[in-house]
Amino acid sequence: MFWLALGLFGLAAPVERGRHARLFFSLSAIGGVVLTVVGLAGLGNWPQAMVLGLGLPDLPFHVRVDPLSSFFILLLGVASAAVSVFSAGYFERGGGGDIRLVCLQYHVFLASMVMVLVADDAYLFMVAWESMALASYFLVITDHRVAEIRRAGFIYLVVAHLGAIAILLAFGVLQLGQWTYTFDAMRNAPLSTGWGAVAFLLALIGFGAKAGFLPLHIWLPEAHPAAPSPVSALMSGVMLKTAVYGLLRVSFDLLQVQVWWWGVLALAVGLATAFYGAVFAAVQTDMKRLLAYSSIENIGVILTGVGLALVFHAYAMNLLAAVALAATLYHCLNHALFKTLLFLATGAVMHATRQRSLGKLGGLIGRMPWVAALALIGTLAIAGLPPLNGFVSEWLLFQSFLLSPGLPNSYLNMFIPIGTALLALVVALSGYVMVKFFGVVFLGLPREESLREAHDAGMAERVAMGWLAAWCVVLGLVPVLFLRALDPIFQLMVGATLRDSLDASSWMFVTAVSPEQASYSPIVFLLVIVAVIVLGGLGLRRWFSVQRRRAPAWDCGFGKRNARMQDTAEGYGQPIKQIFQVFLRLDRHHPSPFDPRPRYHSRIEDPIWERLYVPVARLVDRLSALVGVVQHGRIAVYLVYSFLTLLLLLALIL
Amino acid sequence: MSTPLVGQIINLLAAVLLLIVFAMLAQRRLLRLIHLFALQGAVLTLNTLVVAVTLHQSHLYFSVILNLVLKVIVLPWILIRLVDRLDLRRDAESVGNLPLIMLVAVVLVILSFNVALPISELAGTMTRGTLGIAMASVLISFLMMITRRKAVAQVIGFLSMENGLFFAATSATYGMPMVVELGIALDVLVATFIFGIFFFQIRETFDSLDIRNLENLKDRE
Amino acid sequence: MSFSHVLLQLIQGLLAVALAPLVLGWVNQCRAWLQNRSAPSLLQPYRVLLKLLRKEIVLAHNASWLLRCAPYVVFACMVLAACIVPLVATDLPFSLAADVIALVGLFALARVFMALAAMDVGTAFGTLGSRREMLIAALAEPALLMVFFTPALIGHSTALPNIVETFTTGPLQLYPSMAFAAVAFIMVLLAENARIPVDNPSTHLELTMVHEAMLLEYSGRHLALMDWAHALKLMVYMAIGIALFLPWGIARPHDWLGVPLALIAMVVKLMAIGAGLALLETLAAKMRIFKVPEFLGMAFMLAVLGMLIHFLVEA
Repeated sequence: MFWLALGLFGLAAPVERGRHARLFFSLSAIGGVVLTVVGLAGLGNWPQAMVLGLGLPDLPFHVRVDPLSSFFILLLGVASAAVSVFSAGYFERGGGGDIRLVCLQYHVFLASMVMVLVADDAYLFMVAWESMALASYFLVITDHRVAEIRRAGFIYLVVAHLGAIAILLAFGVLQLGQWTYTFDAMRNAPLSTGWGAVAFLLALIGFGAKAGFLPLHIWLPEAHPAAPSPVSALMSGVMLKTAVYGLLRVSFDLLQVQVWWWGVLALAVGLATAFYGAVFAAVQTDMKRLLAYSSIENIGVILTGVGLALVFHAYAMNLLAAVALAATLYHCLNHALFKTLLFLATGAVMHATRQRSLGKLGGLIGRMPWVAALALIGTLAIAGLPPLNGFVSEWLLFQSFLLSPGLPNSYLNMFIPIGTALLALVVALSGYVMVKFFGVVFLGLPREESLREAHDAGMAERVAMGWLAAWCVVLGLVPVLFLRALDPIFQLMVGATLRDSLDASSWMFVTAVSPEQASYSPIVFLLVIVAVIVLGGLGLRRWFSVQRRRAPAWDCGFGKRNARMQDTAEGYGQPIKQIFQVFLRLDRHHPSPFDPRPRYHSRIEDPIWERLYVPVARLVDRLSALVGVVQHGRIAVYLVYSFLTLLLLLALIL
Repeated sequence: MSTPLVGQIINLLAAVLLLIVFAMLAQRRLLRLIHLFALQGAVLTLNTLVVAVTLHQSHLYFSVILNLVLKVIVLPWILIRLVDRLDLRRDAESVGNLPLIMLVAVVLVILSFNVALPISELAGTMTRGTLGIAMASVLISFLMMITRRKAVAQVIGFLSMENGLFFAATSATYGMPMVVELGIALDVLVATFIFGIFFFQIRETFDSLDIRNLENLKDRE
Repeated sequence: MSFSHVLLQLIQGLLAVALAPLVLGWVNQCRAWLQNRSAPSLLQPYRVLLKLLRKEIVLAHNASWLLRCAPYVVFACMVLAACIVPLVATDLPFSLAADVIALVGLFALARVFMALAAMDVGTAFGTLGSRREMLIAALAEPALLMVFFTPALIGHSTALPNIVETFTTGPLQLYPSMAFAAVAFIMVLLAENARIPVDNPSTHLELTMVHEAMLLEYSGRHLALMDWAHALKLMVYMAIGIALFLPWGIARPHDWLGVPLALIAMVVKLMAIGAGLALLETLAAKMRIFKVPEFLGMAFMLAVLGMLIHFLVEA
């Protein structure tokens, strides 16, 4: 069945020559919907494997669809359907670059992501992985005339390749002397713990480079703002998840044994990433950079879940591992939904206003009611508020954290709860970030005159965002039904089923392990809140009929006020800047009070860039200068080198 | 799960001791630090009293009295006098990166608990966790000595370390032999006197009690 | 779930909604006594609410639908929270709908709506209140979670009714860890409910205000709902504190005779806590906003210590 979808993407890509973006993006949207259905259907099925006649001679491509890949196909389908519909409107109205090229790369990008998800041998996986990286690179530099965008693309390419090398090495370790690169062979490879650890670490680095784990996150805040909005939506919403998929595949499927410290490592890196992302997101002044850092935060949360699942699984507490894994997967899907939604919303805002800086937006709720309302749903969901979907995964994650004291390791018993507190801080900070994002963009007074002419998004854009928002709401309200659908994944990956706890109470109540432990019911939340609002509203109207009047804002009787008196994005982030100063590299200049023309400027840079990347780059420079010594440019000299090498090799062999 | 009531009281006192050590670590004002130290002594005395009453061990009564006199009355009195004489009543010092120090202290607690676990299982006293807390108090007092710059605060850290040791002895083996205890008490007393004299010397030499000045004593070539 | 359960649930919800302003009036009265002022009547909050409900609504020109929706959402969240927390009985049908973590989420929902609505009109005060509120919440949340960790460890559950069960039915035992958690909880309560030393509930028109700054643009019934929700929140926090740390007296499942007794116990406990709160507010002085992280950091440390002590001596 999944042939159909793959074929569709495959077909749509090369045939593309027409001028009509609309047609092709709509087609790919249908493809996305088909993929959604395929993914949903595939969740319940057992793995289906197949050998393709493609590829090199003697090295055919193996493909396999199991519940885990089905889940990620579902994720890809849902998000890509929305992005495609959005693009149909976005690119039609002329958003950057040569539309035909964009269309081609876009579809290659989508198709390669599907390939990554279904690959069953390292060879196909790497081919798909690389084509995904290249396609997304070209999409990032759609506006290649801008130097900054070229730079962002370059950084992305470098980090992506570093990651690819690490993944390749990880696969090399995994096959360990069998010289067959199918995943099946890797599953059966008798790997010692030491080699397993090496493979895990390499995979963590390799997939971490793509996902944006802490020291390797550097490309994300550069590349996301550079790309056109639908592309950033796809990269942030879906491509990051393929890295999570890879990590899950390697650590739970290909590696048969786990050691607890891998989990602890993943947990620590995840928490650090999440915290870092949250703090940096709070101080950003560019819409898309803010969302990029928020992606880093969410990826950190996801990695935290992976780490927790690994720890539980290493101690053979499979049920708890299943809870942690459920939280992880749920959060993957959630993040794909709301982050895509928010990136599309920024796309709509940029289209309408031509502004990207938060300091120049404001008050758009009056001009763009549709975008504002849909973005509000995304905002509430990403801030982890009930009864929307973001809260479900966070709740599950907290529950699995709370179950950690059952671990038979007293050090972990005491350290992991402190990690919980860090997670709580991250969640609360993400609320801060999202209030800032929504408040500064959509609420208050417009900060620029030109904003008064902003227009609401077109039909295609609204449909795309509405589709994602609807998923956010549905996933938030009936998590039990969805978790039941995910159950085969848990059976496959950690050998435990959540059925018992999910069936223990009615479909309205989510429970982590047992109803006595904890339960949560979003439906009741929604019903009671709506009931109180309706009853309260009606009651108030009935008994207290009062009129409503419009007047100038009260503002403590201050009288004169203009748009520049509101908090800017910078002002809103100021307390965070002050408190978490240690983690930021601040470059701030305060004007003196007597300055007749006061200017204030403050710039925040990533300290990791300065402390890690710049020294490394210098080192590489120096090393390459050393290599440069042996280069003379004369062909004879090079021939001598080859000759010597040949001799050396012969000597080695003999 | 059901520890006898006495055990519960001892646990409670242990918890209070841990809290006091943390409070001392975070306290900036010298005078409050001394008050906390006196409080620590009082809790320690109470704890010893509880153990003594339950076990009817006569030598523990002596150590109760010793504790009461020495750690709740004499030493704080000497310290307060010292602070008066040195005119440090209003002195407050900045304690570096407090959140970091606190986190380190939490890690120390976890560490010492896990180290003490096998020992306290061997000891077979009523309560298992108290040895871990005692060890944690010793380590945290040590941390306090490391993080402070002013000499008086360091001395208080030193004394509080001794308190932790004493608590460890009470909780692990129900007190030390009388001779050892007397010896330690005397040591502490003498040490405090010597420190007092030392402070005056430091101040006369440097006009300050900031021990960073001691770095200047090094020979410079 | 029988009819009587639903009835109990309904009674408790309505009772909480009705009593919340009274609790606030009691705290205000105690505070006035402690500060040697003559106190306003206990019923004063009701009078204020009634007056506000009758007044006309004045909206700023550029106020959007968000500003008008927020009071209803915030109020509804607090009503739901009041239905979930076991105030007089533990077997409430709604209490299954949320454990303590979901309760925190519920409060967060109300808070985010309030903070967003505060930014809606675009005044300097509104945004200032909004960002301070979000900051305080962001710092209070880790502490609150650590506070919940200890009782959850002891009760093997994060659902409030189960925690209450554990403490009321088990043998009486000293839990030093719970004492730590209780102190930390009180500190978080002060911060989350805009009380002194974090915020001053009786200031208006002051640059230090947090909660009040967010309500500046409200009037009429909107303001009434916001104020009522605020009173409810305080009461719900007190009820959570009671359920965690002083659960004795709350009626057990199927113990219908216990309900009147539980009511009396509840009134006594709320009065005691209210008086204590007034005392704390009289003794403390309001702190600078950038001292708040330190204050909440202290609460966090206490909660962590409580948890560690639970592992050390109680496990």
